[in-house]
Amino acid sequence: MSEKNYEININPDWIKKYLGKIVVGLFLLIAIISSVRTVGPEEEGVVVQLGEYNRTVPPGLNFMLPFGIEKMFKIPVQRQLKQEFGFRTTNAGRSSDYVKAGYGDESMMLTGDLNLTDVEWVVQYRITDSFKYLFKVRNADKTLRDMSESAMRKVVGDRTVNEVLTVGRQEVASSVEALLQTMCDEYENGIRIDQVVLQDVNPPEPVKPSFNAVNQAQQERETLINQAEAEYNRVIPRARGEAEETIQLAEAFALNRVNRSIGEAERFNALFEAYMKAPEVTKQRIYLETMEKILPQMGNKIIVDEKGNNVLPLLNIDKVKTPKQ
Amino acid sequence: MKKNRIGYIVLGAILAILLFNSYFILDETQQAIVTQFGKPVGEPRTSPGINFKTPFLHKVQFFDKRYLEWDGDKNQVPTKDKKFIFVDTYARWEITNPLQFFIRLRDERSAQSRLDDILDGETRNAIASHDLLDIVRSTNRDPEITEDFMEQIEILEDISVGRDKIEQIVLKKANERTTDLGVRILDFRFKRMNYVDEVRDRVYERMISERNRIADQFRSEGQGRASSIQGNKERDLAQIQSEAFKEAEEIKGKADAEATNIYAAAYNKNRQSIELYKFLRTMESFEKSMDENTSIVLSTDSEFFKYLRKLN
Repeated sequence: MSEKNYEININPDWIKKYLGKIVVGLFLLIAIISSVRTVGPEEEGVVVQLGEYNRTVPPGLNFMLPFGIEKMFKIPVQRQLKQEFGFRTTNAGRSSDYVKAGYGDESMMLTGDLNLTDVEWVVQYRITDSFKYLFKVRNADKTLRDMSESAMRKVVGDRTVNEVLTVGRQEVASSVEALLQTMCDEYENGIRIDQVVLQDVNPPEPVKPSFNAVNQAQQERETLINQAEAEYNRVIPRARGEAEETIQLAEAFALNRVNRSIGEAERFNALFEAYMKAPEVTKQRIYLETMEKILPQMGNKIIVDEKGNNVLPLLNIDKVKTPKQ
Repeated sequence: MKKNRIGYIVLGAILAILLFNSYFILDETQQAIVTQFGKPVGEPRTSPGINFKTPFLHKVQFFDKRYLEWDGDKNQVPTKDKKFIFVDTYARWEITNPLQFFIRLRDERSAQSRLDDILDGETRNAIASHDLLDIVRSTNRDPEITEDFMEQIEILEDISVGRDKIEQIVLKKANERTTDLGVRILDFRFKRMNYVDEVRDRVYERMISERNRIADQFRSEGQGRASSIQGNKERDLAQIQSEAFKEAEEIKGKADAEATNIYAAAYNKNRQSIELYKFLRTMESFEKSMDENTSIVLSTDSEFFKYLRKLN
């Protein structure tokens, strides 16, 4: 490139004439630029005057002394901040992407029964005291990470792996939250812990299949029991019904039997009463009536007389018989 | 005139340099000591804002006033019960006496390395003289057991010292060694702890075998319960059926008895009634037992043909 492009060609007289104004103008410009600050709606501005804390200003347009006499730190006190442990959100949005690889050291911890578990969690916090946050602790964020890891391991270290994985999840989170808040107060870092949220809590990868096997076996147990119960329910109510039927049938038989006997007895009694008035005749009558009734129904009737010869030896019963159609 | 002007400029420049050299700005986060030829003079400066000093003669050393972090290295340490673990620690510390700090350590970098020596050493000592369980656990709380069968593996063994106390011990011992350094360690904590690889594999094996044991137990429990239900079924079935049979027979028996009594009461009144019953019953059986296949040979002597003969 040629030097020409950078040559500034200004009339020296012009400079002389306006030098004072230019200097004053630049001076004012710098003064304005260095004294006006916009504090965002979620922030507050901490103003230090020559290194010394002077005031905290609310969101909006704020003025301060120019030329670096006053400096401002903007702290997002209204914003909820978060730290992730055991994973990182790489692309936040509707469907966030997570990276877990490489953060195993963060999430792997010892439980109270000397087992290992993989706990991923999020700490949501807010800077409530910007003065303390800025001036009391160096690297407050890094410190918070260390504190969170320590607190989580302390809490998990007092629980069994099963508790951490199942029933104790909520309790672990709230214990860590409380412990972490205590530590924050102790460290005077101006941070308030909003929430500790347990994300994935898993047994270590090599152990996972056997943990799943337990769940599977549990299902298997339920299935076996359910099947047996089903078989029971299929058979027993039916048997009860059948038993009921047997009993009802017996009742029916009994009713029948008794009522018939009563009926027959009544009939006999009535007959007997009449019979007693004229026994011989009645008997005779019944006999004859019966004969009258049955004789026509019979096939062969052979009447022999006492005086006639015995025909019986000659009688071919089969031949003589003429069955009715 | 011209000479004077140069003189003024020179004088002004000197004054300006002196002025700029006679104060320093102390940040809210800083503290400082003023030294003269390397030797500290006066009290350490801790109030933020403009501070003054003698120009050129005095030099200023700045130190941080905040709580500072110390991050330990990942150390492989054996515990008292011979378990090899990695321990990662952290601590908070502050410069309490900048003068002493300056004399003994000069700057923060050397302070960090001294803290490394002291804290790492004390950590090793503390770990080596305690069992792993004491380092992991901090209280003797009992586990919350949700299912009875878990009882045999959900065990939290009791500890005698505990994590909190060990941290306190390290803190106390380290602070004893840092008193003359002008620093104070505020707290010391274990950050991470993990088994070394070989131990970890064995732990995994143990966890797997524990889980498999539970799984087996689940299965056999399921089979056991199923068999018991099956047995119950058979028993209930037998009970229901046999009870029904029993009741039915009883009912029938009672009915038979009652009917027999009724019949007896009717037929067994006296000789004639017995006679009549026999006669009637015989007649009835005639009616039932004779049909067209029956051949009958009747004598004229019979009651029926009695009169027939007479006609002959």
